[in-house]
Amino acid sequence: MTNSFKKILLGDQGLVVIFVLAFALVSVFVPNFLTERNMLGLLQSVVTVGIVACTMMFCLAARDFDLSVGSIVAFAGMVAVMASNATGSIMVGILAALLCGGAVGLINGVVIAKFRINALITTLATMQIVRGLALIASDGRAVGINDPNFYQLALSKLFGIPSPIWVLAILFVVFGFVLNRTVFGKNTLAIGGNPEASRLAGVNVDWTRIWIFTLQGMVCAIAGILLASRITSGQPNAAIGLELSVISACVLGGVSLAGGRAAIAGVIVGVMIMGIAENVMNLLNIPAFYQYIVRGVILLLAVLLDNLRSSALGRR
Amino acid sequence: MSFLEFSHISKAYPGVQALSDVSFSVAKGAIHGLMGENGAGKSTMIRVLSGDQHADTGDIVIDGQVQKYASTRDAFHAGVIVIHQELQLVPELTVAENLRLGRFPANAGVIQARQMFSEVGEKLKSAGIDIDPRRKVKTLSIGERQMVEIAKAIMLDARVIALDEPTSSLSSRESEILFALIERLRAEGKVILYISHRLDEVFRLCDSLTVLRDGKLAAHHPSLENVTREQVVAEMVGREISNVWGWRARTVGDVRLKAEAIAGDKLMQPASFEARAGEILGFFGLIGAGRSELMRLVYGADLRSGGTISVDGQAIRAVDPRQAIRAGIVLCSEDRKHDGIIQGRSLEENINISSRRHNTRFGILNPRKEAEIAETYIKKLKVRTPSRKQDILNLSGGNQQKVILGRWLSEQGVRVLIVDEPTRGIDVGAKSEIYEILYQLAEQGMAIIVVSSELPEVMGICDRILVMCGGRISAHIDRNDFSERAILAAALPDKKTPDAIAS
Repeated sequence: MTNSFKKILLGDQGLVVIFVLAFALVSVFVPNFLTERNMLGLLQSVVTVGIVACTMMFCLAARDFDLSVGSIVAFAGMVAVMASNATGSIMVGILAALLCGGAVGLINGVVIAKFRINALITTLATMQIVRGLALIASDGRAVGINDPNFYQLALSKLFGIPSPIWVLAILFVVFGFVLNRTVFGKNTLAIGGNPEASRLAGVNVDWTRIWIFTLQGMVCAIAGILLASRITSGQPNAAIGLELSVISACVLGGVSLAGGRAAIAGVIVGVMIMGIAENVMNLLNIPAFYQYIVRGVILLLAVLLDNLRSSALGRR
Repeated sequence: MSFLEFSHISKAYPGVQALSDVSFSVAKGAIHGLMGENGAGKSTMIRVLSGDQHADTGDIVIDGQVQKYASTRDAFHAGVIVIHQELQLVPELTVAENLRLGRFPANAGVIQARQMFSEVGEKLKSAGIDIDPRRKVKTLSIGERQMVEIAKAIMLDARVIALDEPTSSLSSRESEILFALIERLRAEGKVILYISHRLDEVFRLCDSLTVLRDGKLAAHHPSLENVTREQVVAEMVGREISNVWGWRARTVGDVRLKAEAIAGDKLMQPASFEARAGEILGFFGLIGAGRSELMRLVYGADLRSGGTISVDGQAIRAVDPRQAIRAGIVLCSEDRKHDGIIQGRSLEENINISSRRHNTRFGILNPRKEAEIAETYIKKLKVRTPSRKQDILNLSGGNQQKVILGRWLSEQGVRVLIVDEPTRGIDVGAKSEIYEILYQLAEQGMAIIVVSSELPEVMGICDRILVMCGGRISAHIDRNDFSERAILAAALPDKKTPDAIAS
């Protein structure tokens, strides 16, 4: 009994099992958890982290790292609001944000892949530069949205479910497909497994890495637009520390920091576990200061579990 | 009187019974050979001995004491040192620092460098190892690094030293120095476990021999008197292998690959050569002669500073591997672990990584086709694996090599196949299989280039040999004129007589 239980926990789907168990437990024991209102609130709260985690997964899977995501989210949100205010067109605002996000990502990618600067350093630099741009653009203040239709991006509903949740779900499906079923996805995993061998096997390593970062920038812009719409303004100080939540969620979901290993199911579960932990602590009125500790402990436990799993598989 | 004893060792991995009930013992002051094909269980045996893996059942007994070590550290303290194929040295540290790593002679935390260098220098000298202890390990040749590893064992006063394929990347001269060192250790009463695929070496060095096959004990010879090579080969493969090389005459066609004045950092002078359709062209040379470097330049893996390459009369750019592959040139690298396998990914993905571009539509994969290709080459190349989904890291070296071959065989339109040390660390049975594959590919019209530091191999399978020495092509010899003497003479940098090495 204990043996087969251990097998399930340490198996490929171990995290999913834990997630289901945890979900069942809190549903029973935490009042007001399993209500439609709370469920939608929970999903709304993980939208930003979840969207960015889609492409962060690629980044980590290719042995790279992106710290600039939080800044890009804020910057793109600012750009979307300011551009649509200036032109009176929400579409122009959205396109401008996507373009700016993609441009920052492209710069990250080119510097990292072509000039061979460490990804941690590069994105640490762009993280600060981009945050600076966001602050300069608005003189450090929040920028209000002129056109009320902009709010509808986050407020509108389809079949009773808010659009941001739909966007998140679609991105999960799309990037899950890209990872497992496209040359781009497989090349990403191969590069993470062994970059030099991938190059010698004919993989266009530089091109792939540049695309990963560019996509990451664009996806951050999507998250930024939705966030700005939800908080009804462009906030230059939005999404500070987002990079750590996103990377935590990915690692929690079994994405290896050493590269070469990633799965969308894991990332979804990672994002959800983080969200549920926060949600439950709010429902139970646990003070915010303690929540930091709980989040850290969850992350540590997940990594320890992953370690146990790897050694159980006999991998070194 | 046995000193080291393996008693009923069994070990299973997911999907594979790596060892089942293996027992044998080794006497003190003996060199004991351990042979077997890839996947026969040699590496697992060594891992168990080194404490890296635990046997499911069974014991290791050293000097009458049952060893219950939980880690490599415990094995270390029990006097067991394993020298792996992949050397465990820190490249940025000096030889002396590597040898004293973890046990620096220090005074209040400050390393007594002068003392360390002189002590280590003396030890090296007394062991007959001619290496400056002040040199950084990264500046040493592979052969020299091997010596440093052995010196480590000597300095730790090991009782049992296991060497895993120690000569696989050594030139014959370096091997000789190594053998002298091993014999010296035997004279000091150490137990040496010598794992090798090379019958010559085993018969020359070893006092006794154990053969494993499919995880089981196939034979144990307490003495090698009256044991023949044919017998050992048969024990390893479970059948008789008459002719390892199996060379046969082929019709050679037009020039496929023409490389002219190829220049690069590591070549002394620009090199030119051509390879014809249906031809197996050998490149022989000592380690560092520039063979692999030249091939990497042709393949676009390293940056060329000059030269032109053409395939079937058409000039190609080939400034990176992608272009080379598209022009029909592929390369199986010498360093499988670093340049070949994609760790953590399945056999299936490792095989399909390049050729999948023929089976995709708008960048979307065709999983059924990829599975089919993987199965085809697993079967064709006789890769031993529980499934195509297995992580390539869990395969033995020879099986990994076959997967890399499968990667290129599944490519379409390959015209030039370059294989660098195709059978390094590969057993006799698989060797013949790989040679047979090369012959068939040549018969189909491919130009095959075999780079090898094993003289018998290049002489056995090639139609023509180019010898490299000191970063340039030093000789060009046709099959009719093959002789060890001539080839070695061209390969040696100084004008030493080849007899001293060939003997």
